[in-house]
Amino acid sequence: MSTGSIAFTLPAFDRRLVPLSATLLLFLAMVVFGALSYDGFLAPQVFLNLAIDNAFLLIAAVGMTFVILTGGIDLSVGSVLALTTMATAALVEHAALSPWLVMPLLLAGGAAFGALQGFLIHRYRLQPFIVTLAGMFVARGLCYLIDTESIPVRDPTFVALAEMRIPLGSHSLSSGAAVALATVAVALWLAHATRFGRTVYAIGGNARSAALMGLPVGATLVRVYAMSGFCAALAGLTMTVYMLSGYSLHAVGLELDAIAAVVIGGTLLTGGVGYIAGTAIGVLILGIIQTLVIFNGTLSSWWTRIVVGILLFLFCVAQRLIEGRALKTNKEHRR
Amino acid sequence: MRALARRLLAQPLFWPCLTLGLLITLNAALNPGFLALAWRDGHLFGNLIDILNRAAPLALVAAGMTLVIAARGLDISVGAVVAIAAATGALCVSATGSLAVAVVAALAVALACGLWNGLLVVAVGMQPIIATLILMVAGRGIAQLITSGQIITIYYAPYDFIGNGFLLGLPIAAVLAVAVIVLLHTLLSVTPLGLYIRAIGINPLAARIAGVRARPITLCLYGFCGLMAGLAGLIISSNVKSADANNAGTLLELDAILAVTLGGTALTGGRFSLAGTAIGALIIQTLTSTIYSLGVPPEVNLVFKAALIFVVMLLQSAEFRASIRGLATRPLDPA
Repeated sequence: MSTGSIAFTLPAFDRRLVPLSATLLLFLAMVVFGALSYDGFLAPQVFLNLAIDNAFLLIAAVGMTFVILTGGIDLSVGSVLALTTMATAALVEHAALSPWLVMPLLLAGGAAFGALQGFLIHRYRLQPFIVTLAGMFVARGLCYLIDTESIPVRDPTFVALAEMRIPLGSHSLSSGAAVALATVAVALWLAHATRFGRTVYAIGGNARSAALMGLPVGATLVRVYAMSGFCAALAGLTMTVYMLSGYSLHAVGLELDAIAAVVIGGTLLTGGVGYIAGTAIGVLILGIIQTLVIFNGTLSSWWTRIVVGILLFLFCVAQRLIEGRALKTNKEHRR
Repeated sequence: MRALARRLLAQPLFWPCLTLGLLITLNAALNPGFLALAWRDGHLFGNLIDILNRAAPLALVAAGMTLVIAARGLDISVGAVVAIAAATGALCVSATGSLAVAVVAALAVALACGLWNGLLVVAVGMQPIIATLILMVAGRGIAQLITSGQIITIYYAPYDFIGNGFLLGLPIAAVLAVAVIVLLHTLLSVTPLGLYIRAIGINPLAARIAGVRARPITLCLYGFCGLMAGLAGLIISSNVKSADANNAGTLLELDAILAVTLGGTALTGGRFSLAGTAIGALIIQTLTSTIYSLGVPPEVNLVFKAALIFVVMLLQSAEFRASIRGLATRPLDPA
């Protein structure tokens, strides 16, 4: 009797939270492993550096999360990021424009680029991967049109932004990391507290039902891709500050890392289920793998890619198992 | 006359052939020696032969990709598999000094990679783009693991033969590609296999219910795609006499998808043309040669490729054709 009542009072654990909890547990396990294996791993600055060194990936992955939540994909983010670094460097250094004019201009440009992709995908029912693939070619090609060499950025505003440190006790964060954390906060609000966010989840669940319910499917899709383009441009500005250069080979393959972070963060690639917070932890996991490889010292850098591949595999298989079980219980309910 | 024109326009290969013809004409106009063929050192020599030779690896990979796409799949790991096969071939030829061992080992590893992708799609039930993303992420890491992060230079004359040798006056690579595509085409038209693949592509479930062994066939198609990537890897590494885990086959998956699309294969599956794919590969290589001869930085090629993708994609979209028809041709249409 008493055991029964205890079980009854325990709050029901939402199945949709399983992937997110798995991600969090994995992150904690990696931290514990690192702390047990290496001295100085638990230093607060190690964790702050995770945010500092992965700021641009975090921003791009947040935009990618919204796209994947609608059941789409955006392969153009890495190239849009590189194009932004290149255009920033060219406009600020060669055309001598004010950074305060260039930054909003490029953010708007990124959003417009994404919106155009979203329009093509929605209006002409094209597959997201092929449209954004072409977008990736365009953006990377435009980089080379600006210049095939790296352009150093010496503008005082950018140098000041790069040197800016936001103190946190005896430690500090970079301006880029602060922007990334702010992006995550805004995205959390957008996804979980606005009509836009609910529409995104509804489209991912079933686009036809969403349209039949009278939700603005087309407008939301265009806005989601515009947001991903905006985030990629913002990530590009962050990278320009971080690297103090514009280069057409910046962020090659970043879209893959962003997708990996989203998947490891527990977002289902079929759309409709996922969390911005999961993506943030996913990026931290990718970062901590790199940190572990660096702390180890004897492992070569390519192990990072192999471990990320293995994690992707495990999470995808786990997702399939969860989906399969959910389908089964649904059928039982119907009976 | 009008009926003839309409029949010509209805030919699936009409547009790819026209594009290739226009590109070659443009080149011939720009460079009068473009079409010249000469017999030198016991083999044919000229721009056209060069294009044929350089298009061979792409044509092979694209042939594998055509079949995967025809069965509603996608393989974005082919670039990584090229790097793995090249690394394996280079390592084996350096270690054993035997060409046969190197070729067999490289092809076996590539086949295993393809089957792995196929298993993830067929047995685990992942979306093809995600299943192959795993190998795309991990693959370059694996290739670097094989080469220990070095570029392996090959000092073994017989190995050069695959990428640089000649048979009956024609480059081996081109002969190989033509032979594979002709054999494959014959196999698919003589046996019901081609019909099965179309059936799977149009509706996998219906095909299975109708008694088509959809799962084993799909698995084999991914295996074949991997095998073709392996063959391309051997040709590429032999052509440059080295294996570079980082740069062998970069963006090859995108070029292959482009070649498949240009050739008139529907990205939604069910309709495919191997001859079209071969012409698509030739178009891409001719475009590259044109860019070089125009004196534009070769990287700008990406923008041209993207423009091509957009045009082909929009032409394939029923919604786009409907809106164009509504705008332009309705008054002329007698029906």
